[in-house]
Amino acid sequence: MENKKIEIKDLTLVFGDKKEEALKMLEQGITIQEIREKTGTAVGVNDINIDINEGEMFVIVGLSGSGKSSLIRCMNMLNIPTKGQLLIDGEDITKYSKEQLMDLRRNKVAMVFQHFGLLSHRTVLKNVEYGLEVQGVSEEEITKKAMEAIELVGLKGWENYFPRQLSGGMKQRVGIARALTNEPEILLMDEPFGALDPLIRREMQSELLSMEDYMEKTIVFITHDMNEAFKLGDRIALLKDGELVQIGQPKDFFENPANDYVKSFIEDVDKSRVLRVRTVMRQPFTLARKGESREAVIKKLESFDREFCFVVDEDRKLLGYVAYKDLIKLDKSNINEAIVTDVESLHRNAYLHEVWGKLDKSNYDVAITDKAGRLRGVISYEDAVSALA
Amino acid sequence: MFSFPEGLRFQISGPIDDFVNWLLVNLGGFFDAITRFILTIFNAIEVTLNIIPWWLMVIALFYAGYKLYSLKMGIALSAMLLSIGFFGLWDMMLYTLAIVIISVLVSLVLGLPLGIFMAKSDRTKRIVMPILDAMQTMPSFVYLLPAVMLFGFGKVPAVFATTTYALPPLIRLTYLGISNVDKEVIEAGLSFGSTPKQMLMKIELPQALSTIMTGVNQTTMMAMAMVVISSMIGAEGIGEQVLISIRRLEVGQGFQAGLGIVFLAIILDRVLQGFANRLKETE
Repeated sequence: MENKKIEIKDLTLVFGDKKEEALKMLEQGITIQEIREKTGTAVGVNDINIDINEGEMFVIVGLSGSGKSSLIRCMNMLNIPTKGQLLIDGEDITKYSKEQLMDLRRNKVAMVFQHFGLLSHRTVLKNVEYGLEVQGVSEEEITKKAMEAIELVGLKGWENYFPRQLSGGMKQRVGIARALTNEPEILLMDEPFGALDPLIRREMQSELLSMEDYMEKTIVFITHDMNEAFKLGDRIALLKDGELVQIGQPKDFFENPANDYVKSFIEDVDKSRVLRVRTVMRQPFTLARKGESREAVIKKLESFDREFCFVVDEDRKLLGYVAYKDLIKLDKSNINEAIVTDVESLHRNAYLHEVWGKLDKSNYDVAITDKAGRLRGVISYEDAVSALA
Repeated sequence: MFSFPEGLRFQISGPIDDFVNWLLVNLGGFFDAITRFILTIFNAIEVTLNIIPWWLMVIALFYAGYKLYSLKMGIALSAMLLSIGFFGLWDMMLYTLAIVIISVLVSLVLGLPLGIFMAKSDRTKRIVMPILDAMQTMPSFVYLLPAVMLFGFGKVPAVFATTTYALPPLIRLTYLGISNVDKEVIEAGLSFGSTPKQMLMKIELPQALSTIMTGVNQTTMMAMAMVVISSMIGAEGIGEQVLISIRRLEVGQGFQAGLGIVFLAIILDRVLQGFANRLKETE
């Protein structure tokens, strides 16, 4: 069971003066449109419940006006919820004092904006330094950390330029670097690639994925683009008129669309190109350790009725696989000599269509690894077929 | 039948007279303090302006015009300043400049906080806006009266009248600059946990700076206009020269002094606008 990082409970957000009245009308089941006409208030978010796990890339998708941007702004209290709770690490941030809230924003949650939100009077470096500067960190440390973040997003050499001298894609890199400098546990991204042209957008998507791969941060990502949502999200929440329509892994949307609205939303999406193997893979039935005894591994394979299993080291790094037929013939006490290192593996952020070539070449399952080469899961031919069915 | 009935009279001029008298009787010490304060600053500025040699001023102006615009502008501006000297108006120009500078300084001290406050508080905005509208439509001569009543004749009432007349654009544009800062930039500042003071000093004021500079420019231009009129209540300077010429019907003298005022205004406008444009470029 994964840790819950953010818990959104019965959250409702109303804009305008007559909040109480609007809440009452919502309870009576009056539609948002009618409430707007009668009270002049706008219901941004209506009774939403979502749990977001630690380290997950959670995408909130919806058309404009669906409340997705209003919702993400509740997560750092730029919008103050009218009703309900919002828990981060188990603490209700809607009850936070000013000081606690400032602390949360400085240390735990950072945000990236659609139109970048850069300070035009500051250089790239000074923009990236901002988050630490307001905390009164020593100048040396600020610059050191800011330079690290600038390097991470690939803007080294641009630190003394002004935002107006950069292209859209580079501006958003500054936005991302600025958010990373504070080393937040949670990264809120409000349509970060919405203002970029398609080519740059695709490039930024894959870069974000590779960054996310070793940062292990909880990322909440907003988009109106279903393709982007499926490409990036471990899990996705689809909003409409401030309400949650469906939540789940990308494949859930294809397998069990909640209603016609969801169906129409995913109609144009090419599954094999947006589903990532990490959302389709499953855990292996059994694993062998390097240096494990031959009998023990044979016993494991027999009990699971498997012909092979992958071999990993202490850090779960993938070394290869051992096959049952080789182990039977082996006359050593441990399995090391039977390990076949020529193994078909795929990075967990790869798309599903890439898996076919690997499966063709392999006699067994394809191993799914992360950037550090650790085994994260496996995909068999059957898994891949059923995901696309 | 057609004329307004004589009996229907409700006048506010009486109460206003009473109010000014009340001010003088009860707050005389306060106005004396202001007088002394303004005189001190005025003398400091005038002394400073007089210490700078004339040729250094001309060279500095040339350099500013050259750096902010072009070689041509540098030459044109310094030529205008030289002509003021040729016309024999140099010392009066310094005097006029001193009144303009002190009025702009006082405007900054009053106008910046008020403009910021308006941007932060809707109620303040709703109260101050119509007052600013009224101040800007009021004929400038009207400001001379309370100035004389409260401060007598001389440079202090001139500074008072000039400041009152020149203040509104600075307040208005400070308000405009602060409230027009991009919403996402504000959100970015908040989302990194800035304190209200950090928001103002590190984000709002720098982002609004070029708009505020436009306000400073407008305020300076209005101060220039008013400082001429305030010669009627005893301010010396180039304005007085015009006034004297009118009384003596010296067309040539009057025109020459008028031209001097125009030159000074152009110089101030171009230099300040050049700075404002520099700031705008960084956006």
